[in-house]
Amino acid sequence: MSTLTLSGINKRYDNGAHAVRGVDMEISDGELIVFVGPSGCGKSTLLRMVAGLENITEGEMKIDGVRINETSPADRDVAMVFQNYALYPHMTVFRNMAYGLSNRGMAASEIEAKVRETAAMLRIGDYLERKPAQLSGGQRQRVAMGRAIVRSPKLFLFDEPLSNLDAKLRVQMRIEIKRLQRELGVTSIYVTHDQTEAMTLADRLAVINEGKVEQMGSPMDLYSDPKTLFVASFIGSPHINLLPASFEAGQLQVGATALPGFEGLPEAVPLMLGIRPEHIAQHPEGGIEISVDLVEQLGADSLIYGAVSGFDSAEPEELCVRAGEALQLAPGERIKLNFEVDRAMVFRTDNGERLV
Amino acid sequence: MNNSFWRKLSTHGILILGTIFMSAPVWVAFMSSTHAADTLFREGLQYWFGGHFFETYNEVLFVEGGVMKKVTALEMLGNSMILGLGFAIGKVVISMSAAYAIVYFRFRLATPLFWVIFLTLLLPLEVRIVPSYEVVAGLGLLNTHTGLIVPLIASATGTFFFRQYFKSVPEELLEAARLDNAGPMRFLIDVLVPLSKTMIAAIMIIMFVVGWNQYLWPLIMTTEENSYTIVIGIKQIYQVLSEGGELPQFQKAFALTILAVLPPVLVVLVFQSWFVKGLVESEK
Amino acid sequence: MKRVQFERSTVPYFFVAPQIAIIAVFFLWPAGQAIYQSFLLEDAFGISSQFVWFRNYEDTILNYAWLQSAGFTVVFSSLVTFFSLAIALLLAVKANEVLHGSSSYKTMLMWAYAVAPPVAGLMGNLMFNPFIGDLYAAMNAMGWDFNQKLDAFDAGFVVILISVWKQVSVNFIFFLSGLQGIPKGVMEAATLDCRSPTKRFWTITFPLLAPTTFFLMVINITYAFFETFGIIDTTTRGAPGGATNTLVYKVYTDGFLGADLGGSSAQSVILMLMVLALTVFQFRFIERKVHY
Repeated sequence: MSTLTLSGINKRYDNGAHAVRGVDMEISDGELIVFVGPSGCGKSTLLRMVAGLENITEGEMKIDGVRINETSPADRDVAMVFQNYALYPHMTVFRNMAYGLSNRGMAASEIEAKVRETAAMLRIGDYLERKPAQLSGGQRQRVAMGRAIVRSPKLFLFDEPLSNLDAKLRVQMRIEIKRLQRELGVTSIYVTHDQTEAMTLADRLAVINEGKVEQMGSPMDLYSDPKTLFVASFIGSPHINLLPASFEAGQLQVGATALPGFEGLPEAVPLMLGIRPEHIAQHPEGGIEISVDLVEQLGADSLIYGAVSGFDSAEPEELCVRAGEALQLAPGERIKLNFEVDRAMVFRTDNGERLV
Repeated sequence: MNNSFWRKLSTHGILILGTIFMSAPVWVAFMSSTHAADTLFREGLQYWFGGHFFETYNEVLFVEGGVMKKVTALEMLGNSMILGLGFAIGKVVISMSAAYAIVYFRFRLATPLFWVIFLTLLLPLEVRIVPSYEVVAGLGLLNTHTGLIVPLIASATGTFFFRQYFKSVPEELLEAARLDNAGPMRFLIDVLVPLSKTMIAAIMIIMFVVGWNQYLWPLIMTTEENSYTIVIGIKQIYQVLSEGGELPQFQKAFALTILAVLPPVLVVLVFQSWFVKGLVESEK
Repeated sequence: MKRVQFERSTVPYFFVAPQIAIIAVFFLWPAGQAIYQSFLLEDAFGISSQFVWFRNYEDTILNYAWLQSAGFTVVFSSLVTFFSLAIALLLAVKANEVLHGSSSYKTMLMWAYAVAPPVAGLMGNLMFNPFIGDLYAAMNAMGWDFNQKLDAFDAGFVVILISVWKQVSVNFIFFLSGLQGIPKGVMEAATLDCRSPTKRFWTITFPLLAPTTFFLMVINITYAFFETFGIIDTTTRGAPGGATNTLVYKVYTDGFLGADLGGSSAQSVILMLMVLALTVFQFRFIERKVHY
C-alpha cells in the first residue's frame, strides 16, 4: 500500500542518449498505471529506474515520501515480472518463489505457508517441485507472477509480461492480472507497447514518447480527449483517421473539399484533421467522398477503407469508417460520408498540439 | 555511492593484477632479450628496454646455432609455420569431409565408423607415443613434414565440431539443393563450404595455434636439427646456452622464447573474435 | 543425423576414407601395439620377447616410482585444476562486471592461450633460475629456503605455478562466455530478490555456471595429465628424485629414454583406462546431473 512520486526524472546514458526527459508523476495507493508507447520510447527505462536496475541521472523518486534514489533494488521492496520471466532455471518453482523471502530472513515455516498460498491462488500448486524448463509458457508466466506476489511488495512492476504468450493466453492472463491486482490492492506499474492491453488494464495510462510523458489520464480520457497528435494516433484501434488540412477563409480545407463548422484556427499552418472511424457515417449529402478499396467484415460491424476524393492520386489519403452493420460495397464504389464535427479534432502538424 | 566506488576500485584492481600476472613473464622475457649477456648475468632479469635488440635478434635469427650449430631460428620458424599451417589445413579438410559423410549420407558403416572416430578422443597421442614413433619410423617418415603432421591429424576434435555444425544447418537447404539437381559434390562446394566460412576460419585459427605449439610429437619425431620447430629448438638450444664453460647467453634464450610465442599470439590477437567463437563453439 | 540424406553407396566412403585411413595407421595400429606390447617382456638387448600376461602391469603398479608418480599426478592435477579454475573464474566475473575497458582486459587475459606449454615452462624456468631469476631471489629473500632442484615441494610449486599460469586463459574464455550466456533478466531478478552480491554469486551465478565448470574440470584434468608434459620437460624433468614425475612424463622417460617397452606400454594402457574412466564419468554423470 504505497504511493510513488517521480519528480523531474531524467536518464542520460554515457553515450549521450537521453532516454527519459523530465518525468513528473504521482501514482497513488493501489493504482494500476500503464506506461505505453512505441518501442525505444523510454518506458522500460523508466520502469527499470523505479526498480533500481538503472541509475537515476537527475530528479527524485520517492516511495511513501521517502527518497529511494540511492536505495539498492533489493531494499526498495518492489517486485518485478520480466518479459522473459527471468525465472531461476536451476531452482524449482518453490525455490524460485521462496528465494526472495528467505533472503529477507523470513522463517522457513512462514515461507512454506506463503508460497503454498500464493501458488494455490495462481493455480500452480501442483508444479512446485518442477523446474522452469519443465513448464509451459503460460505456467512460467504464472510462476513469474507468483514470485512477485509472494513477496507482498510495496510496488508491482510489470515489464511487457505477456509479450511471449500466444494471443489467446495473452487475453486470459490480462484479465487475471487485472483481477489479482484489484484483490491485492498493490500499487502497480505495467509497461506495454500494445495499446489494447494498455486500455483494458489501466486505471490511468501514461503515453510516453521520446522519453517524455505526452499525456496521462484514464483510458477513456485519453481516447476521447487526446492532448497531442501522438496520443490521438497511438490510442485507438483501428487508428484515428488523419487527413492533412489547412484553414483558409474561415473553412477547413481538406484536399479539394472545404468543410464548414470550424472556427478560429490559425491560417497558413499545416494542420491535421483527426476523426475516429466510429464518428463517421454514410450520408447522402456528406462533405467527404471516398472510393471504396476494401471492406473488412468483422461480424457485428464492418470497417470500410477507401481513398478520399480530392487528393492527388499519387499520394492518396486513406480513410477508415466503422459501420454499425454488415455493409455490402463493391470496390471502386463511391460513397459520401459525414462526420460529427464536435467530435472531430484538429492538430498542428508541426508540434502536434491539439487545437480543436 | 561510496560503496559502489570501492566495489569498482576492487574490480579494476583484481583485473589489473590478473593482467600483470598473465603478461609479466612475457614482458620480462622480451625486455631481458634486449640486453647483453653480461648485464643479465650481473644484474638479473630486466624490466625495461636495453640496447641490444638488433644484435640479439639478428644473431638468433640468422646465425646457425643449436647443439650441432646447424640451424637458425628463421629455419625453425619456417618449420613451425609449415607444421601450424599443414596441421590446420589438413585437419579442416579431412575432418570436414568425414563429418560431411557422416551427417549427409545414409550408408551401412556410418555408425561403426563414427565410433572409430570417437575412440580417438579417448586416447591422446601422449599415451601411445612409443608405438606411434615405431610406425612413423617404419614408414621412413622421421624428420619429414608428412611424418610430423599426418599422425597429429588423426584425432577427431575437428570432425566432431563440423558434425555439430552441419547438424545445425537447416534441413531445407539440402532439400532445396536436391530440387535444384545438385549432387553431393555440388552441394558441398556450392552450399556447405561457403556457408561454413566463418566456422572454417575459426577452426583454422585454433588449429594453427595448436599445431604451432605441438611439443611431444616433434620432440621424438625430429632428430635432425634442421627439422626442428621453434618450440623444440629453443629447449635444445637453451640447454647448450646454459651449459658450456662460457657466459650463459640468457638473452638469446629469451629472444627465442619471444620468437616462438609471437606468431601464435599475433594470430590470436588479430582474429580474437573468431578465435573465441570457434573455441567456445567447438567444445560444446 | 539429418532427416534428409543422400543415398549413395560409394560416395560417403570416399569422404570418410582419408580420416579413417589416418586413424587406422597412426592411431588404431599404435594403440593396439601399445596394448600388445604391454603383455610382452623383452630381454635386455631387445632381441627376443616373451608373452608374460599381466606381469608388466604388476611390476608397474607395485613399483614405488610408479606409485610416487601416480600420487604426484593426482595432487598436481587437483591443484592445477582448482587454482586455474578459481583464478579464471574470479577474473571472468570481474571482467564481466566492468563497463569500461572490458575488451582490453579480455584481450590481456586471453592471449596467453597461444603460448605453448614448453615455452611457458622455459620462461618460468628462467624466472626461477638461480643466477638471474628474480622469483628465485624473491622467494629466498622472503626467508623461504627455496631451491627447486633439491626440494620436492619447491619443485612442485614451480611446476604447478607455471601450469596454472598457462591454463588460466582458456578457463577465462569459457567462464566469460558462460557468464555472458546467463540471461540478463535472471541476474536482474536476483538483484531484486537478494541484497548481497556475494550471496547472489553463490546462489545464482555459480549454480548457473555449473555446466561450464564441470566441462572445464574435465578439460583441466586432461590438460594436467597430458599437456603439462611440455612444462615438466622444460623445468624439473621429474626431479628431484622423481618427485615431479607425472604419469605421462614417466611413460616417456621409461619408454624412450629407458627403452623399457613393456613397462612403458603397460603404463600407457593404464593411462588409457584412466582417460576412458574420465570420459565415461563426463558422459554419464555430468551431462545428466548438471543440466537443468
